[in-house]
Amino acid sequence: MNQTINKLKEIALNVRKDILISTCRANSGHPGGSLSATDIMVCLYFSKMRHNSKKPNDPNRDRFVLSKGHAAPALYSCLARSGYFPIKELETLRQLGSRLQGHPERTKLPGVEASTGPLGQGLSFANGVALAGKIDGGDYKVYCMIGDGESQEGMIWEAAMTSGHYKLDNLCVILDHNRLQIDGNVKDVKNIEPVKDKFSAFNFNVIEIDGHNYKEILEALEEADKVKGKPTIIIANTIKGKGVKIMENKVEWHGKACKSEELGGLCEGVC
Amino acid sequence: MERHANPRNLVVCVRGFAKMEKKPEATRDGFGKGIVEAGKNKDVVVLDADLAESTRSIKFQEKYPERFFDMGIAEMDMVGTAAGLAASGKIPFACSFAVFATGRAYGAMRLAAISELNVKIVGSHAGVGTGEDGATHQSIDDISLARTLPGMTVIQPCDSLETEKAVLALVRHKGPAYLRTTRSKLPILTKDSEDFVIGKGKVMNEGKDITIIATGALVHIAMDAAEELKKENISARVINIHTIKPIDQSIVLKAAKETKGIVTAEDHNVIGGLGSAVAEVLAENYPAPIKRLGIEDQFGQSGKPDELYQKYGLTKEEIIKASKAITGGARK
Repeated sequence: MNQTINKLKEIALNVRKDILISTCRANSGHPGGSLSATDIMVCLYFSKMRHNSKKPNDPNRDRFVLSKGHAAPALYSCLARSGYFPIKELETLRQLGSRLQGHPERTKLPGVEASTGPLGQGLSFANGVALAGKIDGGDYKVYCMIGDGESQEGMIWEAAMTSGHYKLDNLCVILDHNRLQIDGNVKDVKNIEPVKDKFSAFNFNVIEIDGHNYKEILEALEEADKVKGKPTIIIANTIKGKGVKIMENKVEWHGKACKSEELGGLCEGVC
Repeated sequence: MERHANPRNLVVCVRGFAKMEKKPEATRDGFGKGIVEAGKNKDVVVLDADLAESTRSIKFQEKYPERFFDMGIAEMDMVGTAAGLAASGKIPFACSFAVFATGRAYGAMRLAAISELNVKIVGSHAGVGTGEDGATHQSIDDISLARTLPGMTVIQPCDSLETEKAVLALVRHKGPAYLRTTRSKLPILTKDSEDFVIGKGKVMNEGKDITIIATGALVHIAMDAAEELKKENISARVINIHTIKPIDQSIVLKAAKETKGIVTAEDHNVIGGLGSAVAEVLAENYPAPIKRLGIEDQFGQSGKPDELYQKYGLTKEEIIKASKAITGGARK
């Protein structure tokens, strides 16, 4: 396992640099929530999920739905580094004519499962994909990453009720719990706690982990496979801006790119 | 109370236009029949938000329970889930009252349209014809909401038979669509032998003085108005626009060129619905006199459907008045 983790950590360093570079080139975008989600997405794309960039529409592939669509820079980097499109294309993020839209669009880029960005909607979509899997007897898994601020959307709870009601054990939700949103601390803006209890009450199997600890992430993803008869949610405690010191736990880096002159130094300091 | 204002009474008043072999039915009943037929295609799945009996999706549920999902009273979640099913190769029909299927689910509907997904949204109980439930339940804005979304097809059939065919056409059609059905019973105006082609209007009555372009229940009232106008020597063409988007431009422009003007009629706000769609076609291509009849930018209220049609001017008399205002009275 340690060897795998070392390999994954190395990929994550590159993903974090990609996030800084692509948002810097775009002079906009959302580095903070991309960086908090990076370690989990790296574990999914480079270890856990069954997928093949040469066959992006393979009906048996595992699916990842990024409900918090503003973390697109992290998703794009994982897709590019999985071979869905050239890594160089990451630098076209948010520019006119680019396939890398500000928020992911499934019609534009191979590997993007769902168009997301308007918050709260991805979990319903993921439920639909999971239901289709149930109808067809498919053995694929659906992963859906939601945000903590996003969980203020009522639709998340409509959808959570659906996941529980239809016993979607082929669905694994991951909450990127970085505790910050645009207007400040989630607990001050509108508290979502006790979020663990809420999902338990919605008939989820709930696992809480450190969302930057690879062993915990990988073990939680394994556990999610074993639980039958209910969906699983992994509450991943994360740090907004993780891995870029000046951005860590700083709300102002939610939707702001670094300046060109800062880029070199920040990339060097990525950890 | 003018007896013929009620679409239900049209059973009586359209004699001469339609053979009455078939029993009058609401277009939602046509949806129920069509969706059961559509269910032969195993990719078709149906979702409802606790209104399966009212929307008639229950007919599908009875036949194909394993492909029916009650989403509870959560329309946005329903349409979002439908998008995920569509992305997985299913052809989902997501049903509720028109006012909820569009308004309550608008964000999900918009995202499905952005995603170019094969999501079919079905809104029953459309317009003030919904009656006693009042303004909160009378969708007069749903066509407008659906029509403004890029890539969204918008369909409102005029009778149950046409609705059955519309459902089957929607199964074959790729892309997001909104199907609008109504609660009140209507006579069957269309024929078994007629094809339903998305985007093609239908001339229901030939005429050369004035054209009445109508959709849904108003097609029946337009036919009734044409019969009355004929008595006054005014020849009224009646066009049934079942596909409001993409609208059949050629049938509209042909009518504008061949008759003196156009009256549109719909159970929807005059802003954003059929009247707007026709006016847009005319304004940019062949400006011609037009009068839009519909709900005059106001909300409805509780009442019987026929009382409401009278109150809001969705009557044969209003169509006749508007037609004469354009033709300048009887043809010489």
